[in-house]
Amino acid sequence: MSESFSNPERPAAAFDDGRGHSIPLSVYDLTVAYHRKPVIWDVGFDLPAGKLIGIVGPNGAGKSTLLKASMDLIPRASGRVQFFGAPYHESRNRVGYVPQRESVDWQFPVSALDVVAMGLYQQIGWCRRVGKRHREMAREALERVGIGELADRQISQLSGGQQQRTFLARALVQDADLYLMDEPFAAVDASTERAIVTLLRELKSKGKTAVVIHHDLQSVPEYFDHVILLNMRIVAQGPVESTFTSENLQKTYGGRLTLLDEVTEAMRRRETSL
Amino acid sequence: MILNGASTVRAWRLAGWILFGGVLATLGGCAGEPSDTTDSWGRVLLMRDYNTRVVVLGVAMLGGAAGLVGSFMLLRKRALLGDALAHASLPGIAIAFLVAVAAGLDEKSITVLSIGATLSGLAGVALILFIRSQTRIKEDAAMGIVLSVFFGAGVALLGIIQKMDKGHAAGLEEFIYGKTASMVADDARGIAYVSLLALIVCVLLYKELKLLCFDEGFASSRGYPTMGLDIVLMSMVVLVTIVGLQAVGIILMIALLVIPAAASRFWTDSMSPMALVAAGLGALGSAIGGLVSALAPGLPSGAMIVLACAGFFFISLFFGTRRGIIVRWIRRVQLARRIDRQHLLRAMLECIEQTTPSSSDRAEHHALDLSPLRKTPISIEQLLAMRSWSEKRLRLTIDRAVDHDLVRAKESQCTLTQAGFYEAARLTRQHRLWEMYLITHAEIATSNVDRDADAIEHVLQPEIVDQLEELLDSNGMTIVVPPCPHESSPGSQHVSAAGGTA
Repeated sequence: MSESFSNPERPAAAFDDGRGHSIPLSVYDLTVAYHRKPVIWDVGFDLPAGKLIGIVGPNGAGKSTLLKASMDLIPRASGRVQFFGAPYHESRNRVGYVPQRESVDWQFPVSALDVVAMGLYQQIGWCRRVGKRHREMAREALERVGIGELADRQISQLSGGQQQRTFLARALVQDADLYLMDEPFAAVDASTERAIVTLLRELKSKGKTAVVIHHDLQSVPEYFDHVILLNMRIVAQGPVESTFTSENLQKTYGGRLTLLDEVTEAMRRRETSL
Repeated sequence: MILNGASTVRAWRLAGWILFGGVLATLGGCAGEPSDTTDSWGRVLLMRDYNTRVVVLGVAMLGGAAGLVGSFMLLRKRALLGDALAHASLPGIAIAFLVAVAAGLDEKSITVLSIGATLSGLAGVALILFIRSQTRIKEDAAMGIVLSVFFGAGVALLGIIQKMDKGHAAGLEEFIYGKTASMVADDARGIAYVSLLALIVCVLLYKELKLLCFDEGFASSRGYPTMGLDIVLMSMVVLVTIVGLQAVGIILMIALLVIPAAASRFWTDSMSPMALVAAGLGALGSAIGGLVSALAPGLPSGAMIVLACAGFFFISLFFGTRRGIIVRWIRRVQLARRIDRQHLLRAMLECIEQTTPSSSDRAEHHALDLSPLRKTPISIEQLLAMRSWSEKRLRLTIDRAVDHDLVRAKESQCTLTQAGFYEAARLTRQHRLWEMYLITHAEIATSNVDRDADAIEHVLQPEIVDQLEELLDSNGMTIVVPPCPHESSPGSQHVSAAGGTA
């Protein structure tokens, strides 16, 4: 791939992570359309490594589509995506994906441990059984998200927050460098929310990058370092301090935003705590 | 817990499995004991006839393979695709017959007919997928269109064949309802190969297929060829369906794919046992259906097999040890009783609490130990005033609590036993923790708190309670839970916790 993409706005790679390319995820001019109706238009960005990045935007802004199209789960109308400087299928093992909780049937006859072990299937290899060692790894991942004692429970008997933690554990067990999480905070209890935040910070402290689709604007300044404001196109992106402004939010959400005051308040709290 | 609800469920589960085993044993017994009165029945049931043996073995293997493959299809939520496939195979059978007649081949050759059936079945499925992807018609509508059109075309072609002079058309319509009588050793062998193949594929690709069925998006994000895996799964359905058409028939083939799999879900919460039980039920139901059909040649084998499987389905629906109706009903009654008991114990403790000095004095103590007041008698009237429960229900609850040695009742007075007191203090503490949590964290209007707490407390997970404790221990308002009277229970040291201060 020797083509060069000239985009003066794109920041240069800041540092090298020692494993090759420094930028966990670069998206160039990505456009995705369903049935001729474009969902995202000419989206482009480079993600900084080792940061927690929030993607926010109104319903139907194409947030999930952006993640899915990046991972080749849905076809792209145009554009190019690179993970750690390589196409997704080459750097797949460095990327952990946490789909939306509603995307699966939780009545499915498997235990929490079985679900987490699914994150190891690639490593186990085709036609082989899940061994004792892998079960141990899965159990450890469940313990990291605080539900180790629920490992053998059938997944419909978990609460919503516990189901979300199971999904997180499934991504954690891969030991990836970049995590893509589709609304992990949606409809979870307060203790799960705290557990996820702790986990995100732990990942960051180990130099990992996490991209999180997020709905609750108030907690954005508290949880994330960087933010991408998306509404079919990228409205703004960058560090939370300079990007997550009421002006940009107004542009993203239009007249629908009633939370502006509270967001301003949350930003002020962040400033005083820093 | 003093009342062991789990053990009742476990006992019930055991009973279910015994019943299940009993049915099997009875069936085995039937086969083992020949009927003296009718020798022909004995011959059939003992499978003395070579033909009967072939047929029963053949359909049993078919049922096993269909149950196995069907469980994956059911979990993939594509079970009906098998139905469309079977229906779409009819025109292929008719066309294969016509081609064979024209070419001078053996027009009843099962190989020729199977090739025709496979090709047209696949064409039907391909058409469904095409319609779904290229138009905005949903899969169920696409299936309805393709299934009926192909089947209609097949029936029309059969009508033409009946009118022809050439060829011996009789028997083709047997494909519609299924007839095992015509099954020969070669057919059974074909079924055996297909079943073996299905078994090998399901064992080798078990975890990949499981992942595909559970979370297709995640599977493809991890680089699994989900399309390829779907094709593998679909091919197994095609193979099982085609070899099963003769025995079960086009219309009812879907039953063998769906019913055993759905029935086995009532017995287990785990996937590999589910697939195995489905295979077992399918094999058993098919064998029984095949036998009945052999006994009464007027009864189509497909219908008998479906009815036998349906029998297993209804047994599973009621007696299934995981999701059966009865086990669920038992759980519900147990939960209702547990909630009643907890209400009673808490109400009694609160009655005792009301007899202690006023809250202003309590604030100085912080921790309030009610243990010395344990034997305070409480009247039914006092308890009736605590909540909106009927006297009849309250007395029933008290009687049950007496049976479990939590409460002693004398006329219309009752007192807590030591075990009951411990349980009451523990429950009250938990309840107050939760109530406090709702007030401080969940921003729920205070007037609603009590009811919410009542409902949620009983389904609260112990680990969440632990978190609440940590959260609220700092509050300083504590109530002393006395040492536990049971040695086995954890937390026998005094536990401090937040208590509501009126």
